[in-house]
Amino acid sequence: MQIKPILVALRKHRLATALIALEIALACAVLCNACFLIAGRLANMHIVSGVDEPSLALVAVTGYDDAQGPDVNARVVAGLRGIAGVQSVDVVSTVPFGSQAGAVGITKDQAGQSFGGVIDVYVGGPGSVQALGLKLIAGAWPQAADYQPLDSWFPTEARTVVSKALAEHLWPGESPLGKEFWCDKFHFRVIGMVDHLPIAQPGSRGVASAEWAAFVPAMPGRFLNGTYLLRADPRELPRILRDAPAAVAKAAPDVVYDHAGSKTVSDFRRDYFERDRAMAGLLAGVIVALLLVTALGIVGLASFWVQQRRKQIGIRRAIGATRHDILRYFQTENFLIVSGGIVVGMAMAFALNLVLMKFYELPRLPLYYLPVGALALWVLGQLAVLAPARRAAAVPPVVATRSV
Amino acid sequence: MFGYYLDLALRSLKRNKALTALMVLAIAVGIGACMTTLTVMHLLSGDPLPGRSQRIFYAQVDPDITDKEGQREPPDMLDYHSATDLWSARRADRQALVVDSRLKLHAPDVNLPPLMATMLSTTTDFFPMFDVPFQYGGGWSADDDARHARVAVISADLNLRLFGGADSVGRTLRLRESDVRIVGVLKPWRPSPLFYAVAGGRFSNGDTADFYGKAEDVMTPFFTGLEINDGNFQQFNCWGIPSTPGHLQNAPCNWIRLWVELGDGGKVAGYRRFLADYAAQQKALGRFTVAGNTRLRSLMQWLDFNGVVPSDVRLQTWLAFAFLAICLFNTVGLLLAKFLRRSGEIGVRRALGASRLAIFAQCLMEAGMVGLLGGIGGWLLTLAGLWLVRRQPAAYADMAYLDTTMFLATFALAVAVSVLAGLLPAVRASRIAPGLQLKAL
Repeated sequence: MQIKPILVALRKHRLATALIALEIALACAVLCNACFLIAGRLANMHIVSGVDEPSLALVAVTGYDDAQGPDVNARVVAGLRGIAGVQSVDVVSTVPFGSQAGAVGITKDQAGQSFGGVIDVYVGGPGSVQALGLKLIAGAWPQAADYQPLDSWFPTEARTVVSKALAEHLWPGESPLGKEFWCDKFHFRVIGMVDHLPIAQPGSRGVASAEWAAFVPAMPGRFLNGTYLLRADPRELPRILRDAPAAVAKAAPDVVYDHAGSKTVSDFRRDYFERDRAMAGLLAGVIVALLLVTALGIVGLASFWVQQRRKQIGIRRAIGATRHDILRYFQTENFLIVSGGIVVGMAMAFALNLVLMKFYELPRLPLYYLPVGALALWVLGQLAVLAPARRAAAVPPVVATRSV
Repeated sequence: MFGYYLDLALRSLKRNKALTALMVLAIAVGIGACMTTLTVMHLLSGDPLPGRSQRIFYAQVDPDITDKEGQREPPDMLDYHSATDLWSARRADRQALVVDSRLKLHAPDVNLPPLMATMLSTTTDFFPMFDVPFQYGGGWSADDDARHARVAVISADLNLRLFGGADSVGRTLRLRESDVRIVGVLKPWRPSPLFYAVAGGRFSNGDTADFYGKAEDVMTPFFTGLEINDGNFQQFNCWGIPSTPGHLQNAPCNWIRLWVELGDGGKVAGYRRFLADYAAQQKALGRFTVAGNTRLRSLMQWLDFNGVVPSDVRLQTWLAFAFLAICLFNTVGLLLAKFLRRSGEIGVRRALGASRLAIFAQCLMEAGMVGLLGGIGGWLLTLAGLWLVRRQPAAYADMAYLDTTMFLATFALAVAVSVLAGLLPAVRASRIAPGLQLKAL
């Protein structure tokens, strides 16, 4: 296929060619970045919680004074344990994807000089780590004696289990076991490390700190009450949650059942990422609309060119060009225009990414998005030009002999 | 002339229906995407108190003793000591302390189970200062504030839920363990955002949709609220651990907001001085470590500082405009094809005496018609888009409706975009040399 005659012909249509190329370039820039944004959202949604999500649910109650906490705990736990199929009921402060609880700024020294970042501290009663199903990768779980009574949010001397991400952040390259950190008067000593434990609202303080969390053992009571972790067979959990309000009302008639705060952990996860899912769906919708509009633009302009060049096509056919040659001509022409657009589009994609990085705390666009985006646009261009090119190939040679 | 051009445009559009449909569709989709996001932006970035906002200010001082340099921003809220000092000095035209909390609410003479409600505790100036509309009764007096009176104002929502929307002034509510008398019922009131509760936006990572939630169910005098719900108050931040969680009056914590109304520039400068003097005095007394770190932002400055428009919404708006740009390029290309296809006809008309300007105007008229048709499609798509927004789980979702301004803006934008798209092709068409075209005929 000779490219030179095509280029010469295109020079006659500089404006239209430039328009289509620019449209392709814009589409390329938006396509690459939108796909990248979608990938980011999907990655957020797939954060590993480290807990045994399908088997867990949370029941929350409110509307009583902390002084009544121990009594409420006893009655609600007994009431929930009475539901058939419940394997365990434990008191916890919250679960991953549940409501925010225990976000504190910590320091690596007692004097409070060396700031270690803001982390989430989960507080749980005896049995709660086992119920959560966290995976220990170093050290040991808290022993019975580590579950101390609370006279504030945390025990003053806490033996804590940290996530791997937090350990790597605080003590890079070192074993966290035996290490300490502080939050004002509270002192934490690390006795174990789990592979994953995200903060309750992962991503709310940035992507880097999504797994800066620790678990602290404590006895339920005045400062740990009202949120109960249920463990059961995944198939039975929905029924158990349906029965829970009645069981709680019977066991503790004065408390208010918190319907919004009582869900399976899988539902907490689904609802937590609803926004990301909506955004990813919206971006996908925009991509589809964008490709469609671009394709329609190509169809429109190519059809115009075919009609405009009917006579020339007829002449070429009359002096020996095959239908295949004509088809090829329009396909090659489209390939050249799209290629031109892609070259500009790659630069624009990078520029757009730089802008997004500045305003939205996004990483740099990985290079492999560019060839994939280019391929998508080449395919789109070829598909769009196919119908007009076929119409061009169908022009009979006899057209050449007619004057308009 | 206008009518004639219109007729020409319509005829031309009818001649190639497929191409016209393509252009209208491209404009409609672009406009639909743009107007959906713009309507949401308009809703979220508007002035919640039009006409009053420039007189409303938010006061900040820095009581955090761990902040040695005072280089960073002062905390978003005030500690109890500073808040009550500044409030009781009464240096502004109006001033209101604001704090919110959750508690158990029950209406003793209504047969409904107790529910968890949100309570706003504030002072008497809150209602006139923020122009809060009442359906029945009214706010409480300064005397009620001082006496810690057991009175309350409830929202229209709560009134509907508990009393079926009837005039409930004089009836009793049980807030936790205390009985309060209802003195006022609000009309439906939905400021966007819930400006007086905005704080901490800079720590929210762009996820600020919750600033657009509903107003509190029940409002009580400030000190009454602190007594009723003692032990259940949430700190914004602390620089030391409070001795009794939830009871923050003597705690090293920031948890109260102070809004003031200042009538003119002189008063604003005066209040700034007052804040600086107060901080200096507190430093002299040893309570503050820095004196210079005070702020007095106007309402809109405070909303800007908190970046109240969620970053997702801003991203969507950028995306929509990029999309519109692509649709624009598309339309330019198609219009060019359409106009140049009629080169012969235009050549004849030029030869018969039509001026370049006339050809140009006729082409633009045609482009404008495409825009108008695209605007209708865009309007329908905007309605569909807003319907989708309302189904999203965002706090502002229920407010996403197209108002008259945005309805008109839809058509204005559609026509503007299409005329813009038509400019270049129209110039090209008007430059067609009549001689050349006539020869080709």
